[in-house]
Amino acid sequence: MATRDGTSPNPDTPVVRIRDLVFRRGDRTILDGVNIDIPKGGIVAFMGPSGVGKTTILRLISGQLRPDSGTVEINGHLISSMSDRELHHFRRNIGVLLQDGALFTDLTVFENIATPVREHTDLPEALVRRLVMSKLNAVGLGGIEYRMPHELSGGMARRVAFARAVVLDPDIMLYDEPMTGLDPIAVSTIRTLMRETNDALGQTSVVVSHNVTQVRQFADYCYIIASGRIAGEGNPEELAASIEPRVDQFMNGKVEGPIPFHYEPPGAPWGLLD
Amino acid sequence: MALPATRLDRLTGPITEAGRCLQFLFRMLAGIRLSGPQILTVLQQTYLIGARSLVIIMICGFFVGMVLSLQAINALEQFGASDQVSLLVGKSLFRELGPVLTALLFAGRAGTSVTAEIGLMKATNQLEAMELMAIDPVQRIALPRFAAGVISVPLLTAMFSAMAILGSVVFAIGVIGLDAGIFWSKLQTGVYFEKDFLGGIWKSVVFGGTISLIAVYFGYSARPTGAGVGTATTNTVVLSSVLILIFDFIMTSFLT
Ligand SMILES: Nc1ncnc2c1ncn2[C@@H]1O[C@H](COP(=O)(O)OP(=O)(O)OP(=O)(O)O)[C@@H](O)[C@H]1O
Ligand SMILES: [Mg+2]
Repeated sequence: MATRDGTSPNPDTPVVRIRDLVFRRGDRTILDGVNIDIPKGGIVAFMGPSGVGKTTILRLISGQLRPDSGTVEINGHLISSMSDRELHHFRRNIGVLLQDGALFTDLTVFENIATPVREHTDLPEALVRRLVMSKLNAVGLGGIEYRMPHELSGGMARRVAFARAVVLDPDIMLYDEPMTGLDPIAVSTIRTLMRETNDALGQTSVVVSHNVTQVRQFADYCYIIASGRIAGEGNPEELAASIEPRVDQFMNGKVEGPIPFHYEPPGAPWGLLD
Repeated sequence: MALPATRLDRLTGPITEAGRCLQFLFRMLAGIRLSGPQILTVLQQTYLIGARSLVIIMICGFFVGMVLSLQAINALEQFGASDQVSLLVGKSLFRELGPVLTALLFAGRAGTSVTAEIGLMKATNQLEAMELMAIDPVQRIALPRFAAGVISVPLLTAMFSAMAILGSVVFAIGVIGLDAGIFWSKLQTGVYFEKDFLGGIWKSVVFGGTISLIAVYFGYSARPTGAGVGTATTNTVVLSSVLILIFDFIMTSFLT
């Protein structure tokens, strides 16, 4: 594909590079000076309390949102100031699993997964079918291809959405909570699948997750986001052992600590729980 | 904040909106590819929104034809001219009532469902998911529905008029007992294909475009909530009905 040439000459340059990112909604600053580097081939996890802006960061990486200041670069291309047309072109190399799956409700499971294939390749029907079925089998759902999305359980729908997101084997995968609401068997299936495709295809993956135990099992590197900033980063083991109070609180699920559990409306003093 | 600003907004709001709507139209037109799959989706949508409006259009057309003949005969009888009924029915039907009533019915039957469908897709992030797959939802979702509307409305108008003539035949010839030969010959000699019939069809193309543009645009720009989609659906009917009648007057005064 056209933008594969975008891989930088230097293999150490991160695939995704975020610098001094500031993002506001109205007068609320959601992200305030975030720096992130995601190396090629890695699986990087974003963790943080609900509503802190994890989905927002993914949207900034995929170019759906534009930063108020700071930059987002993918393979050296400045996503944050691309035109819509350039973005459209660029997205062919990015796979996104949205937090709620967002299956096309008027298409069957099969057609849902086949949509990106048909759009971006000229594969003959037999190959499309084989590709779709292989992905569907990989998420453990072979045999449901003719069902409509409303006939699936929440967990099944998430897995179908997963299959659709990875069907074209994009260079960069963004997963927004891929394992929430799945049973333990499905969780290990998805986890293994993420790891295997990532390593086999040399992908780079970004995963938003709440689940500390799971993150320790699949992530190479991990960012913890709290109050609009990176509160801690490192590989999961390092983070688990960290004594930084916000990291420690989040990794060990403590209610008491610097991260407020209750959402505070704008204007309320953030230090209220201290 | 300040009062003058809101007043200005009231004035500029609709103008900005109209501008966005036109911009949306150009975005759609820029997406025309005439490729096999695209033509296929347009045909599919024409079936979904056009063919499915057929029954209601036919029923309404039939009764409009009957009531028109009834009123026309009542009026014409006073001058002993009730054999002119087909002329009156034909002219008023092909020029005005066919295009306008079909368009109003279409706005209620198909325009609303298009707005609701697109609005719901937006509310459930399906449009976002599409964009993320590098599929342009304007081209994939909005354009086929718009094109289907532009194609359907003239065809439905022709069908409406045909059924209305049938209704008129049933009433004038069947019920009142007028002479069938006179009925048809008046219609043939007095109603002109180009001026009356094609004039009406041209109007209906404009109406079809107006309704469809409003329907897809309102769906696309709906607030992504249940109430937002509801409001957008209502707005589609209200605005397209008003515009149909305004455009009808403008076109009638310029075309004839
Ligand atoms: N469309 C929007 N308009 C206004 N505010 C928004 C919008 N979307 C998100 N927000 C706000 O931005 C903040 C970050 O939201 P985001 O969805 O990124 O959180 P998150 O970290 O993904 O949370 P979760 O783990 O619950 O999914 C939240 O406080 C939310 O209230
Ligand atoms: Mg989220």
